[in-house]
Amino acid sequence: MKPFTYQRPFTVQEALHSIRNTPGSIFLAGGTNLVDMMKLEVINPSVLIDINQLPLNKIEPLPNGGIQIGSLVRNSDLGFHPLIRKNYPVLSQAVLSGASPQLRNMATVGGNLMQKTRCSYYRDEISPCSKRNPGSGCSALKGYHAEHAILGTSSSCIATHPSDMCVALSALEAIIHIESEKEKRKIAASEFHLLPGNSPEKETVLEPYEIIVMIELPPLPPNTTSCYIKVSHRALYEFALSSAAVVLEWEGEKIKQGRIALGGVAAKPWRCFQAERLLENSLPDEKLFRSCAETALQGAEPQKENQYKVELTKQVICKALSTAFKRSV
Amino acid sequence: MNHWIGAPIDRADGILKVTGEASYAADFNFENLIYGIPILSTCAKGKVVKIDDSDALKIPGVLTILTSQNTPEFFPAKSDFGTASQMGEIRLPLQDETIHYAGQYLGVVLAETLESAEEAEKLVKVLVEEEPPILEMEKNLSQAYSPKAFFGEPLPVIRGNFEKAFSEAEIKLEEIYTTPVEHHNPMEPHASIAVWDGENLTLYESTQWVVGARNVVADALKLPREKVKIISWFVGGGFGCKGFIWPHTLLSSLAAMQMKRPVKVLLSRRHLFTTVGHRPATCQKLTLGASRSGKISALKHHTITHTSFVGEFLEGSGGASQNLYDFPNLQVIYQVVRLNKGTPTFMRAPGESTGLFALESLLDELSYKLKIDPIELRLKNYAERHPETGLPWSSSNLKECLQIGAEKFGWKNRNPDPGSMKQGNLSLGWGMAVSMFPGFRSPGSARVKILPDNTARVESATQDMGTGTYTTMKQIAAEILSLPPEKINSFLGDSSYPAAPISGGSMTSASVGPAVEAAAKKALQHLIDTAIKDKASLFYRCSPDDLQAKNGNLIFKTDPSKAETFGEILLRNNLPFLEGEAFIKPDQPDKKYAFQSHGAQFAEVLVDPYLKTIRLNRMVGIFDVGKILNLKTARSQAIGGMIMGIGMALYEKTVYDLTTGRVVNDNLSDYLIPVMADIPSIDVEFIDKPDPYFNSLGVRGLGEIGITGTAAAIANAVYHATGIRIRDLPITLEKLL
Ligand SMILES: Cc1cc2nc3c(=O)[nH]c(=O)nc-3n(C[C@H](O)[C@H](O)[C@H](O)COP(=O)(O)OP(=O)(O)OC[C@H]3O[C@@H](n4cnc5c(N)ncnc54)[C@H](O)[C@@H]3O)c2cc1C
Ligand code: SF4
Repeated sequence: MKPFTYQRPFTVQEALHSIRNTPGSIFLAGGTNLVDMMKLEVINPSVLIDINQLPLNKIEPLPNGGIQIGSLVRNSDLGFHPLIRKNYPVLSQAVLSGASPQLRNMATVGGNLMQKTRCSYYRDEISPCSKRNPGSGCSALKGYHAEHAILGTSSSCIATHPSDMCVALSALEAIIHIESEKEKRKIAASEFHLLPGNSPEKETVLEPYEIIVMIELPPLPPNTTSCYIKVSHRALYEFALSSAAVVLEWEGEKIKQGRIALGGVAAKPWRCFQAERLLENSLPDEKLFRSCAETALQGAEPQKENQYKVELTKQVICKALSTAFKRSV
Repeated sequence: MNHWIGAPIDRADGILKVTGEASYAADFNFENLIYGIPILSTCAKGKVVKIDDSDALKIPGVLTILTSQNTPEFFPAKSDFGTASQMGEIRLPLQDETIHYAGQYLGVVLAETLESAEEAEKLVKVLVEEEPPILEMEKNLSQAYSPKAFFGEPLPVIRGNFEKAFSEAEIKLEEIYTTPVEHHNPMEPHASIAVWDGENLTLYESTQWVVGARNVVADALKLPREKVKIISWFVGGGFGCKGFIWPHTLLSSLAAMQMKRPVKVLLSRRHLFTTVGHRPATCQKLTLGASRSGKISALKHHTITHTSFVGEFLEGSGGASQNLYDFPNLQVIYQVVRLNKGTPTFMRAPGESTGLFALESLLDELSYKLKIDPIELRLKNYAERHPETGLPWSSSNLKECLQIGAEKFGWKNRNPDPGSMKQGNLSLGWGMAVSMFPGFRSPGSARVKILPDNTARVESATQDMGTGTYTTMKQIAAEILSLPPEKINSFLGDSSYPAAPISGGSMTSASVGPAVEAAAKKALQHLIDTAIKDKASLFYRCSPDDLQAKNGNLIFKTDPSKAETFGEILLRNNLPFLEGEAFIKPDQPDKKYAFQSHGAQFAEVLVDPYLKTIRLNRMVGIFDVGKILNLKTARSQAIGGMIMGIGMALYEKTVYDLTTGRVVNDNLSDYLIPVMADIPSIDVEFIDKPDPYFNSLGVRGLGEIGITGTAAAIANAVYHATGIRIRDLPITLEKLL
């Protein structure tokens, strides 16, 4: 680890002022990802701005029936919060399916959004990797990539975004509130992360001088069911090989509309807009679910070692849809 | 009597460990300590042209950087089990410029703090002339060699006439089974602190072999062996990778002597994937001929495996086929390819764990082909005598293991048709396999001291890697001295105590246990002798045969009310202690019996028919390992072995980048080992009958047998659940999709 200095602001304004005016500075939240990256010397900040004292650790109901979640809320507190469990079970399931209890006790919502890919070449600090070292090439493409992305990849990067929480946020059409010294802005969860294209080093729309202050969950109609399905080798404590968050709104026997987001398969939580269209005003059955799955994976471009993810993800989608369906009856 | 041996008492070191008071190697601290961090090669094959350490040396606190340019000569230490001196990698570190594998040490940074050492290590620039590394054994078979011997036994093994028996067989089967490179990954990474006082070198190590470490270090530095002392009081798991002596130990020693200050070399998890050994991959082709009734007449076990360019190692997968069943016509063949990877080493049940995966899977395949119950098939091929030597078993309870296991598991309710059993929406699979591990023993010695405060201590240069040795050794002394175990302390993990073998080959209990027993008997004898010569004693001039020890007293056998405490006898005679020391050697020359442990394992898996996730539901393991010294620690060993077997079956696999030769998953997030949620209920039972001929205690040791057979039992259960036979470990969901 390289030497660094440490600051601890108490207000959002102070934090934003520091980040803007201190070269080489970065925010430290729970530290479960950043400290790792510093030990590996993949991220080498010269100044840590510890934001844990900022007043951003509350979960509060909104007048419109939605909920707002401060960016410093710990993953455990989010996952176990009674309102989240009751109104947004898919989010609770997704958050609690990730990492371990100890990590979730430290990890924050903001940090979870911003966590880095698990691609081993990115983390080893020496292999060519365009995400870490722009333009150096992609070691995973010709190397080991069994856990890598199959959707939205480019020839410069095939890494995934590893979060479970973000997949649920995307299916819930959450809104991310961002602030800088000059302005406040909002962005849809599905648009927060970027696909690699030619610049895989740019992973989110967040600018280095901005901070995530909170996440807003819009209200869900009462006749909604949801679920999160995650598949990994181990029963627990592993990033998703493939996962799906599904939110279905019902009108009688029919699905009025549905949303499907995938994890473990792309550089961002992958919304399946075309498949979602098939769900609109349809009667649920295995055939419908399978055709949604087929549609969702139409554009998949797997590599040699991760071809299995195509069929696996189809199965995950079917399972998520049928589970959410069962919850409706 | 027999009352302390076998008792399920708590671990002697349990409280120390949970309260953090147990000092592991890295926990020792010294004034003036220097930190050493190895510099690893990122290239797998080539030559160092230049090492530029100018930036690294600028980091405040950096003292010096040892590389091949400025490291004094090491002297080749013998690599030979017999002389208790074995290096993991034969090549001596930092003596030349050749690079043989990624992760090879190219130097060591020495600094005042760990942080400066780590920072400086990253700044060292190494210029190398790279060559394409040799990384895949299947692609380099033309370079393979056939080893001529394995632990003194000539290879290949040829029994009867395989070709003829195979050509005449009614049923023929041939399958290839593969297992990947696996890394031991003990919880505690290796550490070595060397303290040099100008004449004596003391090393605080994490090792499974204090005597071996002492001998290698002394020889490599040309120091008299009695000037080197190794301390390894607690070891946070070893599983084989702390058995032999690896380069970091030589580097800390040399650096301490050079710098004239204590030096601490700590390995990180990443280092554990390169220079401290691994289980090599195997590709095993098994060719089998059998009769329709299930008697196997011919078997060929052909193993392709690998070693490095800087060490010799053979994963003896064929041993299982050689020693378990009555195969009258057998060929065991090996081919070894040298690869640009670190040197492999023993990993829990080397040979048996990989070999039994293949053999016990094949037998399951045969059982389906012949429509014979898998247990019945094993019984049909049961070896009444040791199949290789023809010697009678000293004791073999394999049949009981199978029978008890089958009953506990409910095997008779199994519908053998693949996919026929269900639990809810999931496919249920039941599989079984046989476990086995040979009975090994080595010479071992121990000292037992009776002290004036009515306590005793046991001393031996053996080690407790978490296995329970501290506890079992004092139970043995307790039994002989008739003292409660809490009155006895074991002192282990110090090379200055009476010599003991490596903690490997499941032989600690069988080798050191009898020495403790004999030493305790001698100590007691000295106590009795002292009493009967002591005019002030109740027992003055009595016959030793009339006396016995009882609860810390010496008593008359016929009149227990006449008693003197051990302490009284010692104090009256001004004795600070009375001791007995014993050296016990196995009587090799008149080999009359064959010694082998056996067991049976049963696994129940649940497979999701769509997602193909595999989850274990329960396991049963029955083991025949001779007399059990402590039911509690023994059970933990067996369960630990089975859990490691679950890792082997379903999760573990080291991935190398095939261009660079570097390990891709060199951390515990990517190298998957089972977590608690993956571990089902495991029911373990022991036959617990003493081996009548192996040693005075009747124990055979059980460190390794638990892992043998697990992978096959699970693979067979997966087949039963799905109808898909996976012959390539680990069994992961994508192989079932
Ligand atoms: C072993 C292991 C297993 C894991 N398994 C899973 C898993 O299965 N599923 C899963 O989803 N996750 C998993 N995680 C990841 C874990 O969820 C993240 O490490 C965690 O959410 C990061 O949160 P943090 O608060 O610790 O972030 P930090 O490490 O403090 O920060 C991470 C990044 O976010 C930035 N940041 C933090 N807060 C803000 C903010 N408010 N505004 C702007 N930038 C900010 C920091 O500057 C930094 O760049 C695992 C992690 C580990 C170590
Ligand atoms: S996949 Fe992306 S992160 Fe991984 S090596 Fe390639 S460029 Fe780097």
